[in-house]
Amino acid sequence: MTLYLMCFFLFLVGVYGAITKRDLIKIILAIGIMGYSVNLFLVLIAYRSGALAPILKEGISVPMVDPIPQALVLTSIVIELGITALMAALAIRIYEKYDTLDITKIRRLKG
Amino acid sequence: MHNRYPNEGMSLIVKTITRFTVWLIFLFGLYIFLHGHLTPGGGFAGGVIIALSYVHLTLAYGRNYVNDVLKKSTMHSLEALASLLAVLVGIIGLYAMGHFLQNFMGVGQLHHLLSAGYIPVMNMLICVKVGMGLYLVFYYLASYHLEEGK
Amino acid sequence: MPVDVWLYFILSIMIIGSIACLEIKNILSSIITIGIVGLGLSIAFLFLGAPDLALVQFVFEILCMIILIRAFSKRSLKITALKRDIPETVIAIVILVSIFVLSIFAFKDLPSFGQPIVRVAEKYLTQAGVETGAQNIVTSVILNYRIYDTLGELTVLFTAILGALTVLRKIGRKKRNA
Repeated sequence: MTLYLMCFFLFLVGVYGAITKRDLIKIILAIGIMGYSVNLFLVLIAYRSGALAPILKEGISVPMVDPIPQALVLTSIVIELGITALMAALAIRIYEKYDTLDITKIRRLKG
Repeated sequence: MHNRYPNEGMSLIVKTITRFTVWLIFLFGLYIFLHGHLTPGGGFAGGVIIALSYVHLTLAYGRNYVNDVLKKSTMHSLEALASLLAVLVGIIGLYAMGHFLQNFMGVGQLHHLLSAGYIPVMNMLICVKVGMGLYLVFYYLASYHLEEGK
Repeated sequence: MPVDVWLYFILSIMIIGSIACLEIKNILSSIITIGIVGLGLSIAFLFLGAPDLALVQFVFEILCMIILIRAFSKRSLKITALKRDIPETVIAIVILVSIFVLSIFAFKDLPSFGQPIVRVAEKYLTQAGVETGAQNIVTSVILNYRIYDTLGELTVLFTAILGALTVLRKIGRKKRNA
């Protein structure tokens, strides 16, 4: 259970960054940290002690870990990178328009 | 390939080393996605490694040289074509076997390279799509210059 | 050493790295420091029996760092938000700590580490080799049993990349300047 709690603590660090930081780049990184902790939690919960990676070997059968959360996490990692790139592009355009990355100074969010 | 932009990119040492390493990275990407159904890896990892080989070339030689190697419009077309072919594989499965995206190429023999039906084909399509798409994102983000002092 | 001891170590490093990433004032150092979290996650995946994920996380982390560094470090960004709003931060920390304390009760009901209760996996683990012919079961799940999911994922990725390219396109920029 301590591992789960540490993983949740990592998620809360990401939430803390996303709600208190004012810099857009810091917010992007905080959202990335939240994604990492969710991925880690899914794989942690599927682990079986003493089990090996889910790859079949010829002739022998060994206990293997659950492959489904791994497949879901694989999907999630790929999408996270696309979303990070999208957020970076938006941040660059915002910087070009407002000349700052401070979200408290970006008042005119229109047009 | 003849370099038409010798003044761009990094120094001569970096360029010479890059000439040796970029093929190794590219080959590793090919290996990863071709053996995706046998060993850890697959289309996503292989695609990103291939994109990283192009990123390596871009950082060392400048982006105009990479545009000579593989045109940007070709990359756009390859990315879209791979997505389209993935849907086409699904439609072939629909007509041949009765279900969308069903395996229509047989199962083959376990533990062999040519096995697992359409999984290597989909791996290849995903590899092309992910690699070209992520390289294009890198290219546009890196080549987007702000008008300084505006 | 057992797996959990390694994981305590790696997770501690990841937490320290994430806090450092959020508190460092230099943008380039901040982006590089997030590499600690991503690469630590990659090593954690290796210990948890997921070499596929370790490989994918490793290469995606490298590409993510290169993209962020190229996007943000070359511009003369003005470093903002150095002074913080003290009451806001205190309220946020109090709320997050209370959520953490409440979560202890919630996590008690989960199965303990190393004994999952998932039973769907048994079918995949025994039948995947016969039904799909793929030796790597994770690949056979994402590309045969759940390929519709993967097709949707490709669509999402295509849309995200298309969105990034649309935001950064040059034609619109020229038209606005003219």
